[in-house]
Amino acid sequence: MNKFRILFLILLLTAGVLVSTPAKAAERFPAPEFETQYQIPSPEHPQPRRDFFEYLDIGVLLIGLSLAAFFALKKRSRLGLYLLTLSSILYFGFFRKGCICPIGSIQNVTLSFSGDYLIPLGVILFFALPLVFALFFGRVFCASICPLGALQEVVIFKPLKLPQPLKHVLSLIPYLYLGLAVLFTVTGSGFIICRFDPFVGFFRLTATSGMLLLGLAFLLIGIFIARPYCRFFCPYGVLLGVFSYFSKKHLTITPRECTQCKLCENACPIDAINPPSPKLYKTTKQEQIKKLGIFIACIPLILITLGFGFSQLSDVFSRQDRTVSLAERIHQEETNTIQSSTLDSDAFRQEQTRVTELYSQAARTRRQFKTGLWLLGIFIGLVISIKIIVLMQRPQREDYEPDRFHCLSCGRCMEYCPTQSDESMKNA
Amino acid sequence: MKNKTNKLTRREFIKDLLHKLLLLLLGSFVFTRLFKSAQAGYVWQIDPKKCVKCGRCATACVINPSAVKCVHEFETCGYCNLCFGYFQPGAAHLTADAENQLCPTGALQRRFVEEPFFEYTVNEALCIGCGKCVQGCNLFGNGSLFLQVRHDLCKNCNECSIARVCPGNAFVRIPARKAYLKNE
Repeated sequence: MNKFRILFLILLLTAGVLVSTPAKAAERFPAPEFETQYQIPSPEHPQPRRDFFEYLDIGVLLIGLSLAAFFALKKRSRLGLYLLTLSSILYFGFFRKGCICPIGSIQNVTLSFSGDYLIPLGVILFFALPLVFALFFGRVFCASICPLGALQEVVIFKPLKLPQPLKHVLSLIPYLYLGLAVLFTVTGSGFIICRFDPFVGFFRLTATSGMLLLGLAFLLIGIFIARPYCRFFCPYGVLLGVFSYFSKKHLTITPRECTQCKLCENACPIDAINPPSPKLYKTTKQEQIKKLGIFIACIPLILITLGFGFSQLSDVFSRQDRTVSLAERIHQEETNTIQSSTLDSDAFRQEQTRVTELYSQAARTRRQFKTGLWLLGIFIGLVISIKIIVLMQRPQREDYEPDRFHCLSCGRCMEYCPTQSDESMKNA
Repeated sequence: MKNKTNKLTRREFIKDLLHKLLLLLLGSFVFTRLFKSAQAGYVWQIDPKKCVKCGRCATACVINPSAVKCVHEFETCGYCNLCFGYFQPGAAHLTADAENQLCPTGALQRRFVEEPFFEYTVNEALCIGCGKCVQGCNLFGNGSLFLQVRHDLCKNCNECSIARVCPGNAFVRIPARKAYLKNE
């Protein structure tokens, strides 16, 4: 026994030396030769979820989207959509447990444009199928397939109408989120959409406390402000909105002609119904065109201001990147501004990469952030400009119509519409 | 501004054009990606050669306890009596008493095989993936213990939250067909 203790001490003394070099333990102790019938066991390796399930997921998604389109456009059944919502929580939520969802797939798709990243077939289809359906039938994916939306759908108890200006400002966040997600993916700084996914923790029945709090906050707010994540954060919603705006067909509020009873406008929890346009405008068309001209002339100024403004934030954002923060830490340690070292800086020294290499990599990431944020600023400027131009337009709407961009096709308006379809008239 | 021939307003015409454009964009995206796609899904794995045994696997995983467990490659094990993965440095006695054990949860279990050999097995239900035993085994032993992601537990997050904080950048995504990176 004592012999071992001495050996142990010697080994502890040499430990310091060993720690600093990556220990590739080359059989310090020989393999034993057993005299008994002992069989050396081999470790078990439990297998991952079968490929079969990936195909099953795609199949269920396709069937779900078709059913949602059927309930929203053909059958006009709010109940059908609601039941589909509940089954989506069960299948895509609790059974499939979230990953990879179409929202997060934006990042994988971004990566697939660069170099050697192989994007799995399932991810391609999870990204593209909801968009295809949006292009033909509107946002039926949001209506009852998206598990994140579904979870918020069932807590809408007392939806309040938000003031219009606030709504317009808040609806800029998804564009910002989308842009930042793409930027973080391109710079290799991580998948922020997944990092701040509020609901995946519920589906997995386990989460970090931050995730749980975020999810609870969204659900609590969701009681009063219907579907807050979908409307004011979801970056995939931006894409779906654009595709849905140009869709061939879309859910209609009324099956026949509108009686302008306003019931649908009150029923819509997300304020996505456009009222009929006023018959008379205060200004003449000439004045309106002049205003539009002046505004369009101002757009370059808006773009440059926002681009410059955003690029000033590049230090804050680039510090979120691990290479950049590690390079900063190493720099502080090398120049003795900080005496201690962190796990990360220790690990970096173990790797024996040259410091200059790290620095140049960090500088490259910083530059990427600078350019990226310039582009993001210009993008946001464009979005704001287009929004203002759209607001300046004078639509010729005679009836209450769903706002194709923002309507989530939940079907409440159909339920509230007092006008009956031809079919039900016949049946009656 | 009505186009009398096909009764389309200008707005409708532009909308229709953009509808087709978006369809074309989406179609070409799917079509080009199909040639670049990986057939089966990808799963997260730890490259044991890069792992620095920092202990973050135990705390950073989205599930608790972590999906990372210690795995024992018996073939490289020396079956030592004084196992540096099993015993606390300076353990008073080489017995299975809790104060002598390195593992905080008693997940590494030892069984006498024959003089002087002992077999060590990991009870994965107890293991939290802290890597204390792995560090001991790699520093002073054969390095037969290593940390690995277990696929029956791993949720296969799109962004692995351990990979995000792994100081050795040891987390890699590999095809599900070849699901396990082994310790050599």
